[in-house]
Amino acid sequence: MLLFIEQCLNGLQLGLLLFLLAAGLTLVFGIMDLVNLAHGSLYMLGAYFGATFTALTGDFLTGILLALICTWLVGMAIEVIALRKLYGRDHLDHVLGTFGLLLFFNEAVRLIWGPAGLNLTLPSWLNRSIELLPGVPYSSYRLSIIVVALVVAFLLYFLVMRTRIGMLIRAGASNREMVAALGINIKLLYTLVFGLGAALAGLAGMMQAAILTAQIGMGENILILAFVVIIIGGIGSIRGAFIAAIFVGLIDTVGRAYLPDLLRLFLSPSGASTAGPALSSMLIYLVMAVVLIVRPEGLFPANAK
Amino acid sequence: MTETLLKIEGLHKRFGGVVASDDINLDVRSGELHAIIGPNGAGKTTLIAQLSGEIAPDAGHIYFDGRDITGLATPACSALGLARSFQITSLFLDFTALANAAFAVQPNLGHSFHFWSDARNDPALVAPALAALSRVGLQNRAHAEVSSLSHGEQRQLELAMALANNPRLLLLDEPMAGLGPEESARMVAMLRELKREFPILLVEHDMEAVFALADRITVLVYGRVIASGDPVSIRANESVREAYLGEQDEEFVDG
Amino acid sequence: MKTWLTPRNFVVAALIAFLLLLPLYTSSTGNYFLLSLFTRIVILAMAATSLNLILGYGGMVSFGHAVYLGVGGYTIGILAYEGVYSGWLQWPLAIALSALVALIIGVLSLRTRGVYFIMITLAFAQMIYYVALALDRYGGDDGLTIHRRSQFGDWFNLNNKTLFYYVCVVFLLGTVYLVYRLVNSRFGRVVQGSRSNDRRMRAIGFATFRYKLVCFVIAGTLCGIAGALLANHTDFVSPSMMHWTRSGDLIVMVVLGGMGSIFGPLIGAFVFLALEELLSSITEYWQILLGPLLLLVVLYARGGIDGMLSRWRRD
Repeated sequence: MLLFIEQCLNGLQLGLLLFLLAAGLTLVFGIMDLVNLAHGSLYMLGAYFGATFTALTGDFLTGILLALICTWLVGMAIEVIALRKLYGRDHLDHVLGTFGLLLFFNEAVRLIWGPAGLNLTLPSWLNRSIELLPGVPYSSYRLSIIVVALVVAFLLYFLVMRTRIGMLIRAGASNREMVAALGINIKLLYTLVFGLGAALAGLAGMMQAAILTAQIGMGENILILAFVVIIIGGIGSIRGAFIAAIFVGLIDTVGRAYLPDLLRLFLSPSGASTAGPALSSMLIYLVMAVVLIVRPEGLFPANAK
Repeated sequence: MTETLLKIEGLHKRFGGVVASDDINLDVRSGELHAIIGPNGAGKTTLIAQLSGEIAPDAGHIYFDGRDITGLATPACSALGLARSFQITSLFLDFTALANAAFAVQPNLGHSFHFWSDARNDPALVAPALAALSRVGLQNRAHAEVSSLSHGEQRQLELAMALANNPRLLLLDEPMAGLGPEESARMVAMLRELKREFPILLVEHDMEAVFALADRITVLVYGRVIASGDPVSIRANESVREAYLGEQDEEFVDG
Repeated sequence: MKTWLTPRNFVVAALIAFLLLLPLYTSSTGNYFLLSLFTRIVILAMAATSLNLILGYGGMVSFGHAVYLGVGGYTIGILAYEGVYSGWLQWPLAIALSALVALIIGVLSLRTRGVYFIMITLAFAQMIYYVALALDRYGGDDGLTIHRRSQFGDWFNLNNKTLFYYVCVVFLLGTVYLVYRLVNSRFGRVVQGSRSNDRRMRAIGFATFRYKLVCFVIAGTLCGIAGALLANHTDFVSPSMMHWTRSGDLIVMVVLGGMGSIFGPLIGAFVFLALEELLSSITEYWQILLGPLLLLVVLYARGGIDGMLSRWRRD
């Protein structure tokens, strides 16, 4: 039971991190109609910046803040230098162009930081175990990730639904020509939105870095999971991304933990030990396949477009 | 004896809070050109989309040549002989006019799971395609890439493709959209000729063309049929004048 | 007027002549490294050509095409591991499995369009990659060594490097010719039309899903054959063959060479892999140049090298 609660919490944590990534992706896609494969690179950069700045300044919070700012700036730089020219083109061009960026960043990181990963050491006040319920210990860091991600999700909701900028974002998502015609500086809006997405990705990256270390190529694996989240949740829908992300995070984590044991009820031990890990990895994609069969447009598609 | 080729009964379609089609009843007989007019947002294109299978109605029935085709998918509708032209030009831009027409001819020859013979110069495709182009007067532009055609020529090609598709009934969605006076007159002449051969359901805004061509006119406002009949009675109809014709040139109101 | 004597045709002819004559050079100098390099180039050119069928002509941006290299390769590898060396058993199975996987992925993915399709093919490819990783018995992450190449009889020994090279070249040229006939057939017209305007294609009466699916399966099968060749070439298979960045490499080859042109993928594979070989001997960070280069090609040279060569004629 204790293990189950722990796994559920881990699943929630993974789900929330996925949400941060997926939200950025879906925002950029919804508003700029841009497929961005380099989103994972921003996640990776966030992790590396986080590790570097916390080590340099010696203070965790300062380091994180600096890393966030840096990732945000890099994101906006990418948008201005490279991505602006891709708007309006077909999706293949986006995929190829951002794939090029992905390759570039992987090598650039390797050049600057070397091929080995980087560790982000946590301050002692975060590196503790908290007792959530009597007899249920949980890492305070993982808990703080959950809290921070929830706060960010709430702030994002507030931003998109209740502020003027958010209104522009939503308007831009359903009719960008109109927004431009109204005289709003659409270029600036795009740059800011992209920067926001980059910051979200970077935040997710640095939070994850303390658990898994910063590594080259870490962006790619999680990017695909983020895509799965968007497919299940529906493109352009932040609410869909949130629900789908939690769902995916839970299924993946709990599935990996319990599926091999479940299989052992039906298969021989050797069969279960081969099939177990394979099926656990496949699980989330199988779910995606089912969703595609039943509701190809996703579970909560945004109505616009 | 004129037979009813297309019959629409009680068609309903809603999109969220908007009723696009509200209990629409109309029919098209062989030998006639039946025009649909109405202000923007009246649901004319939605109607065409339901007839051609792009959208499934919420309620009601569509009968083509006696067959219930309600909710039938687009390729099947086309195979039965319902050929459609698009309000917003929808052509194969990176191909020539001839190739575009040839695309429309190809499904007439059965399935296309033929993997080896070169289809580019196949006379079974090219000859009917050229014939369709000639019909609309585009034979000299056969080898021009569509992207280099003028808007008027592209509208002609839209019509040519509907013709090349072996139609039994033509669904024309604003064929005159964006055409200048000379081109419009040519299009009207062409449609006048075509209606002798095919029953036509014509959606149009160009009132001159509508009153010149239509045997019957149905007026659609907010998805409802507010009047249907011959041009003279439609022109005289009070509610029609109020809802729609009042927006148009005064000269038509006076007849 | 010799309309076929163009710079582009000349380059293509030179390339093919080079490929055909290479073994004469390598067997006389004993430079088997070069032969091995070009065997790999030829095999990947075949894979790229198969991708061009759906990508360049069909407009289906599959970011998971390398999966079929893995399916074909692993079929050979797994059968060899289990003691089945007969090519007559291995190859038909590799072909059948590639077709089946393509069918399943196609049925699920082709109902979607645009960016959804890209993401979904990516996700499915990654799924199969993880499955291969989890197969402990067959090496998992470390991969699987193949101790004996496919056996077709003593008279046809694939261990003979020159013979194997020519087998690959025959497959490549055969694939190119097949794609040529396919895209210009009635079937190919439907596929190309769907790329250009799927909605209109359906409106004139084609159930485009069926045609795209068949096209997708053909492309996957051809790539599976390339995978079987690759497995025999490297005597080794590993999950990394199927990683989505390998799919990305294939896409780069197609785009660089010229999407939607018959010889584009061949040119692209040649340039990409030769460049890779050349640049990596200069610096290990050569990919840092590849990224921006790709972006530049996308922005300013969409027709790829084939496009540029074709335009050269008109000057």
